Amino acid sequence: MASLVSHPDEVRVVSKRFGQGATNIDRYLELDGYKAVQKALSMQPDAIINEVKNSGLRGRGGAGFSTGMKWSFVPKQSAKPKYVLCNGDESEPGTCKDRLIFEHDPHAVIEGVMIAAIAVGSHTGYIYIRGEYRYLSIIMQKAIRDAYAKGFLGKNIFGSGYDLDIFWHGGAGAYEVGEESALMESLEGKRGIPRIRPPFPAVVGLWGGPTVINNAETLASVPHIILGGAEWFAGLGTPKNGGTRLFCLAGNLNKPGVYELPMGYNLKKMIYEVGGGIPNGRALKAVVPGGSSTPILTAAEIDVAMDFDGVAKAGSMLGSGGVVVLDDSNCMVKFALRTMKFYRHESCGWCIPCREGTDWLEKTLKRFHSGGGVMKDIDNIYYLSENMLGKTFCPLGDAAAMPTMAFVKKFRKEFEDHLEGKPCPFEKASTLAPLPVFA
Amino acid sequence: MKFSQEFESRFTEMLGHYPTKRSVLVPTLLYAQDEVGSLTDEVILELAQRLDLTELEVRNVISYYSLLSTKPRGKYNVQVCTNIACMLVGGEQLLDHCKKKLGVQHKGTTADGMFTVEEVECIGACSWAPAIQVNYDFHENLTIDRLDQVLDEYKKKGKQ
Repeated sequence: MASLVSHPDEVRVVSKRFGQGATNIDRYLELDGYKAVQKALSMQPDAIINEVKNSGLRGRGGAGFSTGMKWSFVPKQSAKPKYVLCNGDESEPGTCKDRLIFEHDPHAVIEGVMIAAIAVGSHTGYIYIRGEYRYLSIIMQKAIRDAYAKGFLGKNIFGSGYDLDIFWHGGAGAYEVGEESALMESLEGKRGIPRIRPPFPAVVGLWGGPTVINNAETLASVPHIILGGAEWFAGLGTPKNGGTRLFCLAGNLNKPGVYELPMGYNLKKMIYEVGGGIPNGRALKAVVPGGSSTPILTAAEIDVAMDFDGVAKAGSMLGSGGVVVLDDSNCMVKFALRTMKFYRHESCGWCIPCREGTDWLEKTLKRFHSGGGVMKDIDNIYYLSENMLGKTFCPLGDAAAMPTMAFVKKFRKEFEDHLEGKPCPFEKASTLAPLPVFA
Repeated sequence: MKFSQEFESRFTEMLGHYPTKRSVLVPTLLYAQDEVGSLTDEVILELAQRLDLTELEVRNVISYYSLLSTKPRGKYNVQVCTNIACMLVGGEQLLDHCKKKLGVQHKGTTADGMFTVEEVECIGACSWAPAIQVNYDFHENLTIDRLDQVLDEYKKKGKQ
C-alpha cells in the first residue's frame, strides 16, 4: 500500500475517502457513496453533461480538455453500442495519483463511469488498469463484484429501468496505451498503437461504437460534482479550471507524496511548504511541472499558478500532475538523456518521426553525456526535436520533443560544458561510463 | 495444454465481457505467463486456437508489451525503476547494487533460477521513490540496506 501524506492546505474532494476504508462497499455507502449516480438517474442526460461542463472539470490525464464538452460530442442516436472507458493506464513518469484512487476509493471510479454512461446513453463501461498495478486490479475487480451483488450494476440499476455493465480490463505494460486511441486498440486485444483521427473516439471508438474515454481522476471527480453542484466545484479552482487536483510531488523534496490542492495553487508554495523544500541544504535547480512530457521550469520560473492556463502561460503544461523537483546537484544532460531513454523505449514505432527521432536523440544525448559531444550537436538536438513537434501520429512524439527543447534552451550552458573531452561536471570522470540502454 | 481451474474461470468469465473474443488476449496472456512462468510456444498455440487468432498475431501482441515475455524469468522478477523520479533519489544505485549482489546483468537470471533483474521504466511509485517491483509487489522508499533485506527475504521465501 502506498503511504498517505497530508498538509493543512489540502482541499480533499477526490481524496476525501482515502484512508477511510471505502474499498468496502458498505463503508462507501456510509460516506455518501452511490448517491450521485442515483441523483444522475433522476436527471436528464443533457442536464448531467451541462453540470459537468459548468463545473470547469478538465481532463486529469494530461490534455486538460473540458470533460462535459467531450461527453457532449457523443451522438445521441447510434446504431452501434456506446461505451465508456476509464483510462487507468497511468504511466507518465512522475505520476502516481490514479494508483491512490484505485487503492482507496475504487467505487468512486465505478460511480464516475456510471454517471458518464447515463449521460451519454451507454450501457457498457470498462475500467482499464495498467498491468503493473495488479494489486489494484484485484481491489477494482472486488469493488465491481460488490456493486453487482448490491444490484447497483447489471439490469435495472437502482430500479430505474436502466441496464449498465462495467468490467475491469488489465494492461501488460506500455506507456503508449495511455493515449486514448491506443487504449482502445489494446482493449480490443491488439498492439497499443494509435489510430488516425478523425474520426474521434466520441464518434467512432471501441469496436466502432461512440466511446467516451476519461482518466480515472476525472471520473472519480464526477460524483462529487453531481452531489455538490457545478458551482461549488468550479469555485474550488480558478476560472476555467474547476476543482482540485491530485499533485504527485516527487524527486529532491523533504516531503514527497500525493497531495490534493486547489487548481491554481502556487508552485513555489507547493515545493517549499507542501513538499517541505529541498533536502540536505541544497538549492532548487528546476521543476518538471506535470509529468515527464512537460517542459521543465527553471528555479526562477516557479512563481506559477498550477492550473492548465497558468502553467501554459509559463511555457509548460500542467499535464498529469506529476511535479518532479531537481536540486542543484543534478546534471541536466543526464536528466534529458534519461527522459529520452524512456520515450525511445516507449515509442510504438508506428511513425518515422517518433521512432527515428527518439532513437537519434537518445544516442546523441548519450554520447554527449559520455563526453563525446560536439558543438553542432546542441543545435541538432533542438532542431530535430522541433521537427518532431506536431509531426507525429500521436502526442508521444510531442511528449519527447517538448521537454528536450526546453532542456537545450534553458540549460544550454550545461550542454556546452559537456562538449568533447570534457567530463560531466556533476560526476567524477571515473563514473562517466555510458548509461545502460535497454535490450 | 492444461491451465489451472482459476485461469479457466477467469478466461471464461472474461469472454462474456466483450463483443469479440480477441479482447481477452492481453490480460489472458499475463495470467498465463504468471501460471506457466513464460509465454511458451505451447501457451501461444493454445491461446491462438482458443481466440481464433494465428500464432503470429499472438506473438505480435506479446512483443509489444513490456510485461510479457517468451523467455523464462526467475522465480522472483526484480524490476528496478530508474526513471526520472527514482533516478533523482538513487534508483540507479539500487540497480547497480542489485546486479552486483545477484551477479547478473539487465534481464539476467541467477544460476539457481531464483532472481531475474530487470531495469524498468516508471512503475508508478514516483512519490515513494526509489522503488522496485518484485513480481507484482511494490517495495518503496528504498535504501541499499532495505533493498538487501527485501532480497534476502525473497531468497529465504524462495527456498521454503
